[in-house]
This record gives sequence, C-alpha cells and structure tokens, in this order.
Amino acid sequence: MTGFLGKRMLWSAGSLIGLVILVFFMARLTGSPADLYLPIDAPNEMREEFARLHGFDLPLWQQFANFLRDLLVFDFGDSLRQGRPAVDLVLEALPTTLLLAFWSIGIALMVAVITGALAAWRPNGIFDRIATLLSLIGASLPNFWVAIVGVLVFAVQLRWVPTSGTGTVVQWVLPVAVLAIRPCGLIVQVARSTMISVLSAPYVKTAEAKGVPRRAIIFVHALRNAMLPVITVAGDQAAGIINGAVIVETIFGFPGVGRLMIDSISYRDFAVIQAGVMITAIAIFLLNVLIDIAYALLDPRTRAA
Amino acid sequence: MAEPALLTVENLSVEFHARGKIVQAVRNVSWQVNRGETLAILGESGSGKSVSSSAVMGLIDSPPGHITAGRALFQGQDLLTLTKDERREINGRRIAMIFQDPLAHLNPVYPVGWQVAEAMRVHGVPPSEARARAVALLERVGIPHAAARMNAYPHEFSGGQRQRIMIAMAVAMKPDLLIADEPTTALDVTVQAQILTLLSELRDETGMGLVLITHDLGVVAQHADRMVVMKDGEVVETGRVADVFRAPAHDYTRRLLGAAPGKLPFRVPDEAAELLLEVQGLVKSFHLRGRFLREAAREVRALDGVSFALRKGETLGIVGESGSGKTTLARVLLRLMEPSSGSVRYRGQDVFAMSKEQVFAFRRRVQVVFQDPTASLNPRMTVEEIIGEHWAIHPEALPAEGRRAAVEKLLVQVGLDPAHARRHPHQFSGGQRQRIAIARALSLKPEVILCDEAVSALDVSVQAQVIELLKDIQKQYGLSFIFIAHDLPVVRDFADRVLVMHRGQIVEQGPTGAVFTAPQADYTRTLLAASPKADPTHRPQRRAGERL
Repeated sequence: MTGFLGKRMLWSAGSLIGLVILVFFMARLTGSPADLYLPIDAPNEMREEFARLHGFDLPLWQQFANFLRDLLVFDFGDSLRQGRPAVDLVLEALPTTLLLAFWSIGIALMVAVITGALAAWRPNGIFDRIATLLSLIGASLPNFWVAIVGVLVFAVQLRWVPTSGTGTVVQWVLPVAVLAIRPCGLIVQVARSTMISVLSAPYVKTAEAKGVPRRAIIFVHALRNAMLPVITVAGDQAAGIINGAVIVETIFGFPGVGRLMIDSISYRDFAVIQAGVMITAIAIFLLNVLIDIAYALLDPRTRAA
Repeated sequence: MAEPALLTVENLSVEFHARGKIVQAVRNVSWQVNRGETLAILGESGSGKSVSSSAVMGLIDSPPGHITAGRALFQGQDLLTLTKDERREINGRRIAMIFQDPLAHLNPVYPVGWQVAEAMRVHGVPPSEARARAVALLERVGIPHAAARMNAYPHEFSGGQRQRIMIAMAVAMKPDLLIADEPTTALDVTVQAQILTLLSELRDETGMGLVLITHDLGVVAQHADRMVVMKDGEVVETGRVADVFRAPAHDYTRRLLGAAPGKLPFRVPDEAAELLLEVQGLVKSFHLRGRFLREAAREVRALDGVSFALRKGETLGIVGESGSGKTTLARVLLRLMEPSSGSVRYRGQDVFAMSKEQVFAFRRRVQVVFQDPTASLNPRMTVEEIIGEHWAIHPEALPAEGRRAAVEKLLVQVGLDPAHARRHPHQFSGGQRQRIAIARALSLKPEVILCDEAVSALDVSVQAQVIELLKDIQKQYGLSFIFIAHDLPVVRDFADRVLVMHRGQIVEQGPTGAVFTAPQADYTRTLLAASPKADPTHRPQRRAGERL
C-alpha cells in the first residue's frame, strides 16, 4: 500500500508542478495589481515603490524562480489585499468548502444509491420511470439557476431558511441541497444501470439457485459489485464541488475556497490564487487516494495490483 | 420401477419473447431422473438443453421467458407453480445447481468461505455452525488448507478449484438432486476428469440424483447412466447410455456420434517435404513482481527450450493444458512477442532479425485464425471489408478491381453464400464466423496458417465441418497448419505430427500415430487417460476415492 501511495504521489507531483507553472503565468496575464491597489492618478514613483515592495519589478523569470524557491517551504507569500500569508487565508476557507462537499456528496450518494437500487429492482416499473425522469432533470439543472430559485422560493417566499450565512445548521440546508442535486441525479443513473447489469450477472443466478432471498441478492450480492462505478462518479463529482463551489459560495455568502479564489482573481491577488490552486489540487489528490482505498476495500481483485 | 422417479419433467414448453418475436426455446420436453443415477442431457448450442433445468430451478427470467405448458414433479410437488417462498425452500436445500464458468458464477467481492456458508445460512443453519461445516465441505471437495483459505476470494483460486468450491456450495445442504450445467467445459481435461469423478463420488455418498448437462459426447459416455439427446428444443432420443451409443435410434444422434472426432486413421507426415519453419531453443521468461516490495521478482519461463520444425503441407498439432505455454509459443511464432533467447527461422531467415520489408513479406506468408471469431472479427465491418482489409494493407497482393470477385470466390470456398458479403459478423452463426476468419486468413495466399484453438468453441458437428474445410484447403494449396488445441481427439484426426507441451517445455513430439498409440512421456499418458472417449464400453473402473 505504501509503495502504491508513493507511486501515486510521484505521478501527481508531476502534474502539480505543471499546474503551478500554468497558474503562475496565467494569473499575471490579468494585468498589474498596481492598477487596482493604487489610486488611478498615482505617480510613477508610487507605482515603482509598490512593485518593488511586492517583487513585481524583477524580471518574470526571477519572480518565477523566487516563487519556486518559496514553494519548497510551502510559502506562497502574503496576500496583497489582506497583508496576511496567502496559505493561512486558503486554509481558513478550506474547511467550509470541504464540509460543503462532504455533506453534498454524502447525501447525494446515500439517496442516489438507494433510489438506483430500488429502480433496478423492476426496470421500467413505475418507480423506475419516475426515478429515471427525476434523475435526468436533476442531472441537467444548472447550479446557479437552482440556487437562485431556491433562494427565491425557500428563503424569500416561504422564509423556511435564511438567504445566506454559515452560522447555523439551517443555513447549510439550501447550499448543500443545491450542490447535491446534480451529483445525485448522475449517481442515480449510474447506480441504476450498473445494478441492472449486475443483477443479470452469473453470480446472481448462483445466489438464486442457493435460495438467497431477493432482498439479500440486491443489497448484499449486487450492490457491493455495483458500487465501483458509483464511487468513481461520486469521486469525480466531489472533486467538481471542491473546485466548483464558486457559484454556490458566492450566492449564499459562504466563506469557502471558491469565493476566496474569485475575489483574489478580481483583485489580482497572485499569492492567494497560487496558494488556492495548489491546496485545492492537493485536496483533490487526497480525494483520489481515498477513492483508491475505497476501491481496494470494495473489490478484492484490485488489491493485488 | 418400484420407486417413483425423483424428478419428472413432463411436456415442458418454454417461449422467449424478444423484440416482437416469439422463440420456442423448448417444446414438449419430458425426462426423468432417479435417485443415485446420472442423467445426461446432451445437445449442441441452441438445442435448449439448459432450459428445462432452468425452469426446474425457477431461473427463467420472465419476461422475456414464459413457461407455456408442462409440469415438473418433484416429490409430489409441481415445481413450476411454486410461490417465491416455496421456491426458496427448494433451491439450494432440495435441489442445487452448479454452472459453467465458476469464476463468473462466484461473487467476486466475497470470500469463498462466506459464500459456501451462505448456502447454509439462508436455510436456517446458525452462522458459526455454517462456517464450521463450510471448512469441512471445502476439505471434502479437495481444497488444500481449507480452513486457512476460507477468507480467500474466488480470483485467488484455479479454475478447477473454483468449480470444487461451487460443488461444495451446492452439496452443502445435502440436496436430493444436483443439476450440473456444463460443469467442466472451460476446464483442462485432467481437471475435468477430477471434477466429474468428484461429482460421481458425492452422488454415491449421498444417493442424490445428478443431471449432467453437456455438449461433450465423451463426458456422457464416461460418466452418465442414462441420456437425453436434444435438438432444436426437442428431445429426439432417450435411453441408457450404452444402448444409445451402440444403436442410436434417431438420425441426429447417429450424425452426432459420427461427427465425434478420434476415429480416423492416423495421418503420416511426409519427412521429405521442404522445411518452412525451424524453431531452436526458444525461451520466453516473464518476471513476476513479488507481492511485497522486498520479495525478489520471480522468473517464470512460459517457454523453456522449445525446438521443432514445420514442413510444407503438414499439420503440426500442439497440445497442452492451460498454462503450458501454447499461447506464448503462438505469439512468438507470429512475431507478436520477442523470445528471451532462441531463434525462429522462416525459410532459413531469422524472423527476429528481419528488415522492415522482410517482416512485411513474412506477415503475408504466415496467417492466423483465433479461437473466438466473435472477438477477432470487427463487428462494425462487413464481411467484404474484413476479408478485403488484407489487400488494402498488402496492395501488391491483388489489384483493386479484382477484389470484389476474390471475396466472393473466397466465401464460396469456405462454404458461405457470396451474396452475404455485405453482412456484418453478428448476422452469422459461430461456425460461419470461423469460416469468415478462415477466408480472411486465406486472402493473402499464405504458406502457413496458425490456428490457435480455432475449433474449440464450436459444436461437435460444426467442428467436424470446419476441420473438413481446413483439410480441403490444405490439399488444394499445400498449406501448412500449426494447430494449437487442447482437444486431443481433434488433433488426433487432423495432425501429421504432434507436440505435447507441459509447463513451457515440449515433453514429447513425434508422428501422431506414435504419440497417441505409444506415448513415451508420463504426462502424455496422463493427458490421454484423462481425455474422455466417446465410447461407453471403454469406461475405466474407478476405485473409490481415486484422484487423477
């Protein structure tokens, strides 16, 4: 297992380095931060002073070399806007996003797997038809639309939940629901179709010949086999939430990584952008390791490899 | 008969509804099986031989299947009218079943001990007792170190061991009847003999009835008491095995017995013919990584010093069980894989030292027909495109304007309708697909065709026809065949010389007659003894408890 993890890390290190290089240069394409932080009529001396202070006067390659040097000790520099270490800002925002992703995917998985399994019980039955239709709708709805409609209906009209904020549990209901809908729809479809194919697998016939009750066939024999593709899709969706919670976090005023990144980009806060990308990438790498571990737990055949 | 039959199937008819079409799977099928006897249901693919037992077990999916008529009386109960709860009382407890391909029929994600114990738990045996009995059962069916291997998973066992595990699971509740649906089809002959012997022993120990569904005449002749012959969904003949083999009443049975290979006079190799292929000291080793990092890599020799020669116009049979190195040898001969050492010379030229142009010419001269035509023919190409693709790659072989006519000529030659050139592979039967693959191999007028288990997946009667076709084209073009097979009777009839492979080595080679009548190596003798002969009068007496 450790050898396997080491290999995975080595692979990921390669892509991380590529990613960092890309982000470093692309952030700088957005323009000079001095235009944003200084008054529009600031004299040239002031601009030069600003640039010197933050190291923007150096040639680009030297900035990059410094960046790489600091990266080795995980120092991304300070935020231009808040004057605090960029890493701290990102790490403060990270738990909110991770929790958001955890609850959304957790709930989506639970609802979707049970729905998918029940739909596969009688393909083309009434439950299956309704579940398939709803999942198709769920998978096709854009996040921002669901979020806005959700706020209008449940927060503004019905006043069941607040419009924004993170303090209490009720404030999490709407954002989690919005984020869960799409993955839920997708996972229902995957769970349903893999369950249907798994239920026609030869070992299910063996179980029937043994006299195993139908319920146990579905939830013991078939479900565990059907979980592998489900886990793959769920992991993919979780990664999507970690780096795609921008819209929901913005609409609901959640202080997560997504909103931090959007703000940092509009303020050309390079250090925070770089730290955010790096830390998100590491989070997604760890998520993939978790998926691999789940695979090994679920399917003994993957353990030897 | 004093005692009533254990199970009586009467006038069973089953239909399948698919895409608006109704297919009669079986019509008016009747048979019965008694305690302590083995009934064989013999039939080729599509004969409906498995349908009646699936109906007995309640395993016919409905839809699309419908039982339209008939009864299955088992101790006074009609099995076809059971409720779901009554069905669960019967399945696994009173009647059990094992299947072909045990790897697919065991759940890959649960330990085998758990699966064997489950067969007892679902019928009310307490979990701890079920587990203890599972160990004993696995020991009984011959799994070494059963207690230690209870938590191992199906993929960690060999094919024969998996079928033993299936058997342990099936006999766990001491059923009155065991149905075995092609239980040894995917297994090597020596393993097949062991499994069938085990089944007979268990039948004798418990007095259960045994239904053996098979396509293999040899298995029937060697292991069954009575037999039912099925064709196109109907029973054409029923009787004692010895009687049916001696005096088959139905025309189809006669044809089937006639098609069984292993009866022709031996072919004699022509020692003066020109040498095409010389293989010297081939070694191919693979390095398997250890399970743990510190464990050293293990070297496995798939080929270990293989030497032989192939002459023009002859058939060289290569026999061996799975893991013997047959497939590795085929890949090296086709230059799809480089050997670790040793040489392959084609007309004196070292195949692995050829220039690009020489390789190109070599590929034209040496063609291949694989085992599974469904997999080796591109499903999205028409037959014309499949056969013609060779000429697109080797345009010098045939000018473009002659290609359509050539395809039609080849189709006629392999016994297919030239009007079907625009069809796709799925519109043909298995035997026809293999004919297409043969036509493709012939399209470049090769000197050597390597057949890798090319007739193994085919029914006996189709197999006989395809072999006939191979013989015809051999005679016509002076072709050489390298005929890799695990089925000894087929090799016996078709090969001029035989190589017997075991663990990467050639343990014996010589003219077919010599190898089959006076085998020198112990392994050859074991192999020949295990191969079931389609003749019930040559039934070796087995001692109780004997394992091959």
